[in-house]
Amino acid sequence: MEILLGSLAGILMAASVWLMLSRNLVKFLLGLVLIGNVANLVIFASGGLTYGAPPLIADGETVPTTLVANPLPQALILTAIVIGFGLVAFTLVLALRAYQELGTVNVDAMNLAEEAAVSSGQKKAEVHDLRDAA
Amino acid sequence: MSWLLVAPILMPMATAALIFLSPADRTLRGQISVLGAGALTVLGALLLVSVWTYGPVAGYMGNWPAPFGITLVADVFSALMVLTSGIAGLAVSIYALVDIDHERAAGGFDSFFQMLLAGVVGAFLTGDLFNLYVWFEVMLIASFALMTLGGDRRQLDGAVKYVAINLISTVLLLTAIGLLYGLAGTLNMADLHGKLVDLEHQGLLGVVAVLFLIAFGIKAAVFPLFFWLPASYHTPPIAVSAIFAGLMTKIGVYALIRTFTLIFPDDIGWVTETLFVVALATMVVGVLGAIAQTDIRRMLAFQVIASIGFLLLGMALGSTLAMTAAVFYMVHAILLKTQLFMLLGIIGRDAGGFELDQLGGLYRSRPGLAVAFLIAALALMGIPPLTGFWPKVMIIETGLELGALLAVTVVIVYSLLTFVPLIRIWSHAFWSPATAGSGDFDFGARRTENRLLTLPAVGLALVVLAIGLMPEPLLQIAEGAATGILEPEAYLQAVLGTPGDDVAQLTEPAR
Repeated sequence: MEILLGSLAGILMAASVWLMLSRNLVKFLLGLVLIGNVANLVIFASGGLTYGAPPLIADGETVPTTLVANPLPQALILTAIVIGFGLVAFTLVLALRAYQELGTVNVDAMNLAEEAAVSSGQKKAEVHDLRDAA
Repeated sequence: MSWLLVAPILMPMATAALIFLSPADRTLRGQISVLGAGALTVLGALLLVSVWTYGPVAGYMGNWPAPFGITLVADVFSALMVLTSGIAGLAVSIYALVDIDHERAAGGFDSFFQMLLAGVVGAFLTGDLFNLYVWFEVMLIASFALMTLGGDRRQLDGAVKYVAINLISTVLLLTAIGLLYGLAGTLNMADLHGKLVDLEHQGLLGVVAVLFLIAFGIKAAVFPLFFWLPASYHTPPIAVSAIFAGLMTKIGVYALIRTFTLIFPDDIGWVTETLFVVALATMVVGVLGAIAQTDIRRMLAFQVIASIGFLLLGMALGSTLAMTAAVFYMVHAILLKTQLFMLLGIIGRDAGGFELDQLGGLYRSRPGLAVAFLIAALALMGIPPLTGFWPKVMIIETGLELGALLAVTVVIVYSLLTFVPLIRIWSHAFWSPATAGSGDFDFGARRTENRLLTLPAVGLALVVLAIGLMPEPLLQIAEGAATGILEPEAYLQAVLGTPGDDVAQLTEPAR
């Protein structure tokens, strides 16, 4: 089971890196979603896998008497999933807004903030040209 | 456990909630924010005094004993950082009263600002690695909001890069934490101390160490992971740039220091050697990058990177003196970078732009501003007796003692080259004749606004001046912090208690 999960994490990681190397912002985002899941799988696998033993403590006991699954990694993953969900939602909206404002999802073309030094007048003119061209 | 430990986290959170509930009025929301930041500063000061007097304090959240639940810990280092963040936050919240427009305030600027402070303070005070990740997220999502709020085209462009790289760093951090938990079975920072030396998987531990190094390195903007910073820091309003420049990267350094002194043993995965090289490269690249820029905000963004290099050098050299220098420099860098960004904001407002050739004539029209800028610039260069001087002397002394002549050379070259961008700003903004665009912002007619913009910058200049002239108190605190970092016995005892207590807690859980 560990081998299976490990391989799955590896394949997902490779896929996400490939996606994130893309110049397309949307592909990058999909890569980001995948890599977040890779991290969760890694936590899950490294916490140790126990089959069919929920971490329940029997009545009258204060500690579990048999071998049970470790609940902590699951709590960590749950937290990470919730946080990751929020971040992905934000990033999707950001990508949409960036597309609306900048007119492209190609990250190479997103260089408005880092243009070579030109006087602000020229800069404004260029931006207008770009708009007209689009 | 002391209420003082939780109060600095709760205060900005409560302020943020209060601002969300209050009517969308710029002045009212801004005033609540200023009060909240002021209260945070006071709490930070109280915490520092308490920790300085009684030693590190730890608090168990939900009353779960130390290695199991989440622990908050304050030692001298973290308390000092909380206080410094409070001061920077207070200054920026006053500045933001004018700098942030009604639209952004209605969008919740002040709330996000306070949540950012909450995240920062939480990251300083936590004693648990996973909790550190959560505070990083709190800070990150607030910073995303601040970065994009207003939706200006350039802002969105910068934000895409900022968000993307920071999310990658977050995932790396999470993976590293997961792997470390698998190896050690605990995420409590004090509990991890000393546990990693005897592990059988030293190779995997090295991988985990490097993952932490990269994750925090991206946050701290070290060479070669810094490209997101000059791409984004100049795009949001100056108030946002100022608090980012002051606090965000320093959290990365703080986390690096905590991780590689408290958790990992010294010789893991060539981390110290890597840090040394990275530190020198960061200083050189940062300072050369600053020289190459013509936008004054981007000049300063590169200066932020350069100062991170200096902090890492103090950490890599590793002696008490070097660590003292790093802690001292961290306070200096937080206050100074915040102040310089606010000053640049005023300069840019006056000139109607941030390009060097747009500036001019300020020495005649605003002599007070000139003095404040000069103090900040000289302090950054490290001219005695201002704040930058003392840590540089300490680092050079340590470098000579350890025979690290390369480090000494780089520090001296770095200090000299810092001179160039600052003096270019000085000569353009203050000494050259007024340009056509200047006077956009009529300061004479808008007296209150002018005062509110100038007050925090000048106030921080006075703080920097005072620390520079009387460095002894801060030096002592920094030395106490450095000792606490390098010999964490008191910290460990505060968290884990004496071994006997620990067993008692385990066998008879509190009901």
